[in-house]
Amino acid sequence: MTALTVNQAPSPGTTIGRNPIGLFLTDVWVLTKRSIARIRREPETLSDVTIQPVLFVLMFAFVFGGAIGGVGRSGGGFDYHSYLIGGMLGMSLAQTAPGTAVAIVSDMETGLIDRFRSLPMSRAAVLTARTIADLLTQVIGGIVVALVGLAIGWRIHNGAGDAIEAFALALLFGYAFTWVGVCLGMVLRSPEAAQQTGFVLFLPLTFISSAFVPTQSMPGWLQPVAEWNPMSSLATACRSLFGNPNPAVLVHAWPVQHPELAVVCWSLGLLAIFAPLAIRLYGNKVR
Amino acid sequence: MSDVPAIKADGLVKHYGKTKALDGLDLTVPLGTVYGLLGPNGAGKTTAVRILATLLRPDGGQARVLGRDVVADAAAVRRTIGLTGQYAALDEYLTGRANLIMIGQLSRLTARAARQRADDLLEQFDLTAAASRAVKTYSGGMRRRLDLAASLIGRPEVLFLDEPTTGLDPSARALMWDIVRQLVADGTTLLLTTQYLDEADVLASRVAVIDGGKVIAEGPPAELKASVGGQRLLITLADESDAETAARALAPFATAPVIPSGADRLIEAPVIASDGLATEVVRALDAAGVKVTEISVRSASLDDVFLTLTGHVAEDKTTAQAGQTAKEAVQ
Repeated sequence: MTALTVNQAPSPGTTIGRNPIGLFLTDVWVLTKRSIARIRREPETLSDVTIQPVLFVLMFAFVFGGAIGGVGRSGGGFDYHSYLIGGMLGMSLAQTAPGTAVAIVSDMETGLIDRFRSLPMSRAAVLTARTIADLLTQVIGGIVVALVGLAIGWRIHNGAGDAIEAFALALLFGYAFTWVGVCLGMVLRSPEAAQQTGFVLFLPLTFISSAFVPTQSMPGWLQPVAEWNPMSSLATACRSLFGNPNPAVLVHAWPVQHPELAVVCWSLGLLAIFAPLAIRLYGNKVR
Repeated sequence: MSDVPAIKADGLVKHYGKTKALDGLDLTVPLGTVYGLLGPNGAGKTTAVRILATLLRPDGGQARVLGRDVVADAAAVRRTIGLTGQYAALDEYLTGRANLIMIGQLSRLTARAARQRADDLLEQFDLTAAASRAVKTYSGGMRRRLDLAASLIGRPEVLFLDEPTTGLDPSARALMWDIVRQLVADGTTLLLTTQYLDEADVLASRVAVIDGGKVIAEGPPAELKASVGGQRLLITLADESDAETAARALAPFATAPVIPSGADRLIEAPVIASDGLATEVVRALDAAGVKVTEISVRSASLDDVFLTLTGHVAEDKTTAQAGQTAKEAVQ
């Protein structure tokens, strides 16, 4: 504490320039590194894309699988383990969104977002970095689901190109939902509220869909809801691209017949609404 | 540039629903000074700081930091300010050093300059030993120091400190005061909000007392204290039930109405000190049948300024501290 020279003018060459795109990329990089450092310090924060998908795949395959597959078999029969993975991919990626919301709310609670907002940094960078870090965790989630799938007998039948397309669609879909999570985080006031709201929103999204059961088994009034659910589009697209059992081919609804296009439309639509909304909310944040 | 004040606010207004947080706040903070913003909880201190630090848009009025408008030219303002809020705004899971480097880079330092400056600040703030520990293991005082270091890393010309010592123990407080004094010696302008009147008294060269969202008094602490009458007579009664009687007996000596302060058995009266005053007061109290345990005379403090100006006590410190500790425990 002697001879404190904390605040002298900076020497030349120690600050970076003012090119807005360069600043944005620097800020995103610095903040993404921050999120990754957090994961390295506390790997258990990854449990929602590691342990959870493993548990879900195994539970659905071995607890519900017999019952669901049995019903299917009597009406023509299909291999539930192979059917399951397309849906699991969607669920595992979309369900990281509540985690995104929790992370944003926590940063707001500690005042860290206020600090960021008082710095000469790009306004979109804080949220963009969050979504990029979450996209990286989604990649891990996708790999975990695929590995467990391979272990229970799921296989890719249509070649690498289609498989890559399926994973890319799943990540696009997951990334779009991350921005929904960011918006949730901007409007909710506590991590608990974010967790619970996320659960309430994502449970029907996941289960009123063809992620785990063919929509044909649902009551007639519920079928259109499930058929237009983006989660169904993703599950159907993945099944079709992987060459897995796909009872949805018999359904005539547009998003079921054009699942890849439906996933792209849903994802871009969500991004077009929620990304600008999130950045706007961030700029106007009042607490 | 020399006659441009560091901070200038004109008629700032901010509503939260029906509550008026700011009701026409005017403020002029000269360059290179420590300016104290003093008031109880809810007076509008934090709202004012958040507007000046570009975090909040005012509903009315305008404010400039180093001549730049905080709304229209917010980006330029952010390049010149630093902010330390009431709660340490840090990433709990990163190390102290990683936090500083991150904020440094976001404050537009190059990665290399950020690392260098982080190490310098860690050393100057006595945090080198804890530099590679996660912040969540830090004590309250260490967090505040790291938080302050973080707001200094971009070398701000104007620094906002929002209740920097609330909830700190006395030694951590004293250390923060030292740091603040040295900052001013470096030429940084500092706007300090506090509910501790002694803190403003010790650190600030000028003080604005705010209540109900506007400035109700402004000036150097010494002037403010003088304006409410120099001395205070403190009397501890033997029996609490004598308070009313004692207040009446003291009235002829007092320069303002005597209000029993509420603290048990204690009565305070503003007086002009003179030879033989205590003797006469004791005689008067004895004549009224009041037994006195203790009597003393002291100079007016900013607490007295506050009480005189607003008609209510500045802050229940124990309650405020308990609330603060509870909030930190939750985090």
